[in-house]
Amino acid sequence: MDTPKLKDQATPRHQLEELDAVTIRFAGDSGDGMQLTGTQFTATSAIIGNDISTLPDFPAEIRAPAGSLPGVSGYQLNFSSHDIRTPGDEPNVLVAMNPAALKMNLKDLEPGGILVVNTDAFVESNLRKAAYETNPLEDGSLSGYRVFKLPITSLTMGALEEAKLPHKQMERCKNFYALGLMYWLFDRPLEPTLKWIDQKFSKMPEVALANKLAVKAGYNYAETTEIFTTHYRVVKSDMKPGKYRNITGNEATAIGFIAASQLAGRPLYYGSYPITPASDVLHELSTHKNFGVKTFQAEDEIAAVGAALGAAFAGNLGLTGTSGPGLALKSEFIGLAVMTELPIVIIDVQRGGPSTGLPTKTEQADLLQVMFGRNSECPVAVVAPATPSDCFSMAIEAFRIAIKYMTPVVYLSDGYLGNGSEPWEIPSIESLPRIEVKFRTEKAGFYPYLRDERTLARPWAIPGTPGLEHRIGGLEKQHITGNVNYDPDNHDFMVRLRAEKVARIAQDIPLLEVSGEPEGKVLVLGWGSTHGAITTATEQLRAKGTSVSSAHLRYLNPFPRNLGEVLSRFETVIVPELNLGQLALLVRARFLVDAISFSKVKGLPFKVSEIVKKINEYL
Amino acid sequence: MSEQTLTTNGKIAATLTRKDFVSDQDVRWCPGCGDYSILAQVQKVMPDLGIPKEKIVFVSGIGCSSRFPYYMNTYGFHGIHGRAPTLATGIKTANPELSVWVITGDGDALSIGGNHFIHAIRRNLDIKIILFNNRIYGLTKGQYSPTSEFGKKTKSSPMGAIDYPINPLSLVFASEATFVARSIDTDPKHLSSVVERLARHKGSAFLEVYQNCNIFNDGSHKHFSEREVRDDRTVNLEQGKPLIFGKDRNKGIRLYGVKPEVVTIGENGVTVDDLLVHDETAPEPNLAYILGRMQYPEFPVPIGVFRAVHKPTYDALLDEQVSAAVTAKGAGNLEKLLNSGETWVIGPDG
Ligand code: SF4
Repeated sequence: MDTPKLKDQATPRHQLEELDAVTIRFAGDSGDGMQLTGTQFTATSAIIGNDISTLPDFPAEIRAPAGSLPGVSGYQLNFSSHDIRTPGDEPNVLVAMNPAALKMNLKDLEPGGILVVNTDAFVESNLRKAAYETNPLEDGSLSGYRVFKLPITSLTMGALEEAKLPHKQMERCKNFYALGLMYWLFDRPLEPTLKWIDQKFSKMPEVALANKLAVKAGYNYAETTEIFTTHYRVVKSDMKPGKYRNITGNEATAIGFIAASQLAGRPLYYGSYPITPASDVLHELSTHKNFGVKTFQAEDEIAAVGAALGAAFAGNLGLTGTSGPGLALKSEFIGLAVMTELPIVIIDVQRGGPSTGLPTKTEQADLLQVMFGRNSECPVAVVAPATPSDCFSMAIEAFRIAIKYMTPVVYLSDGYLGNGSEPWEIPSIESLPRIEVKFRTEKAGFYPYLRDERTLARPWAIPGTPGLEHRIGGLEKQHITGNVNYDPDNHDFMVRLRAEKVARIAQDIPLLEVSGEPEGKVLVLGWGSTHGAITTATEQLRAKGTSVSSAHLRYLNPFPRNLGEVLSRFETVIVPELNLGQLALLVRARFLVDAISFSKVKGLPFKVSEIVKKINEYL
Repeated sequence: MSEQTLTTNGKIAATLTRKDFVSDQDVRWCPGCGDYSILAQVQKVMPDLGIPKEKIVFVSGIGCSSRFPYYMNTYGFHGIHGRAPTLATGIKTANPELSVWVITGDGDALSIGGNHFIHAIRRNLDIKIILFNNRIYGLTKGQYSPTSEFGKKTKSSPMGAIDYPINPLSLVFASEATFVARSIDTDPKHLSSVVERLARHKGSAFLEVYQNCNIFNDGSHKHFSEREVRDDRTVNLEQGKPLIFGKDRNKGIRLYGVKPEVVTIGENGVTVDDLLVHDETAPEPNLAYILGRMQYPEFPVPIGVFRAVHKPTYDALLDEQVSAAVTAKGAGNLEKLLNSGETWVIGPDG
């Protein structure tokens, strides 16, 4: 790995200043290619060894009218020379490609922050669409920021004279021009992006050339003009030695489930119906059929889980994936999976709700739905990855538990985890857990509902096995024989047995670990994607000598068996969640602790500062 | 059952008998229900198919008919209302070697499960679907169903149903079915012959059976299904043969434009050559669709195989894609997958 080179060719009139961490946000019209710009900056920063965390933010509309406020798309990333866990509270730098992007994002920019605007887009019609009465570039309203006004569109057009492309297409390269500017400003190499462009547009050499010219021109413009007097360096992070790649939560989810299939030695079967923000998992898995992965795009959410359950009956790893509204539709089938005790995994990439809600925004408000959103007593195991890269490990965990205990498992991700990215230390294959699959083949003594004494799992006897022909279904089962049975005592026994089986998973999952003092004044308890913000907030406070600890639940049903005891060691338990207090409700009910719920439901993740402030109220 | 024979795939299999397909569960349908006859015919046909019983799976939804899998000594999955085709899809695509059957009813397939039903057929998944059409909800004790006649008075429609009924075959043709047949519970010989055809079809195969619910809708089909009237009021479709019916075999169906009409052979100069000749292999289902809509009393009710055409099945195509991906990219290598994309190494010295 090369260390980032000092810009020795830089003229002395430019100062190079070292920074610890920078948060930058690219914002523009959804047609402006901001997601691409953001992911390129991320990839390059990762390659030169920064730690990174990202937050893409895109509109729900595919193409809202150009220049309009609902059409603004943004991509925020935090890159750092030390360990970071969040995309940053406030951007230090905002690149605004049009007035609407400025309007939507300026409030987040830190006071005195760097603001780069594309002046070419600040024309009358765009100002009107962004509801600006006066031009903010001229009315003095930006005086609190370091503003760099650049005609990015015309600069791009000028740089592309030699590219033989239609006007419109040349104009589209302006995002690469802006990227080039930022590469210079933060002292990043161009090579990774140039290489990426060549690969991406290998079949369209003119487009490749134009984009490469644009990114170089942006870089050179910054270097040769005096527009920026200083540029900045964020040196590589002191991350743990190892081999890394950048990964989004949805990618990690998809390859985690492929890994589970390989570790179990059984094919993965993915039934799904397109839904934001879970569709990327379907897209990713459908490109890996050479792993024996079968993807089935079903006619609806119900068929998707039904097919996964059928596949599980037939001996595959049955997987289905969706987001909140889709999960509601799958509920009845999850009940059937509980009754038939087959191992399926249900991915829920949560989004803002209720109903259709905020399809592209994040939320954690499906917890109670997955816990209780089915008829009758219908327990399922629930796991929740904490970071984009943790999605990989928890996918494997989900199937390990599903198969060992013959139970459906819900895997609770969310939009922020799914679309967010971070560097992932690639694990060695040997370090991954084995998933043992034991199909029943022995005819003697076979009963469909005769259980393993320790796990209470029933045998997995798949069609095709001679002598084990049997029938299962949604009607209540007689203990052991699995025959349909309506006896009151048997039903009472079976309801308790199904609950006990899921409860026993606690014997098979890690204890909850506490960061910071094991006991004391305040414990911040979180789950899922709040991990980054909670950990950063509590570490910051501890660095200042405050006694505050944190613990993060990756297993939500059953809870780790020491959870009650951990909670009891603290005077105050604060539970930050992107919902109205769902985990808080569960721990209050289960452990009779006076847990304090800290809620946010804006479709956005917590800021570190918000959590710090809340903790301070209780110190 | 201990006898050994050679099956088509060259493997030695014990010869099975009807009894091998009878499970140890007591059959709980109402005495006199048409379901018994269908169960008996399916159990009778099974041994002739040469499929080991462990490779057979019966899947169902909810309803009287959906208890069927419990009575078959094969693998079985009694699912939830309307969802049997989805389970069958998963089972068949996960393991295409299995023979997968869906047992359903008019409410299960055409009302609550309408969506799954049409899509399973559309994909030409290699599954066999038998729809028991008794034109009533039996299990929930007698409400009108999507095939109940307009105006039908039931517990939930005391003033008469104001729903227009759906014709199952019309829906199935519209769903691009490759095999479509119809039979009657009171005609075991016909029923077993059609079940056998159904079983041997490669692709999504659909069979509607007019079934009598003697408790909640007794005699719903009797005007054409009873033995005494059947010859005059049904017409048996036979491949390549003219549509002739009647006790005296002197009546037939002629096409006038796109309208069918009943004619008498020998009257008004009508000869056998004027009659519609059945072709189940016609590439377009237009004629089959016309036949599917012929109803008593205007017409004899057609029974038999309406359509039997072939195209690649979903399960086989999915398997082909998996093989093609392996050929193109090599068998999946987890190590390579984890290390794909841009990677970088951080050394021990940072
Ligand atoms: S209710 Fe009707 S369909 Fe159901 S078992 Fe009884 S007779 Fe048969």
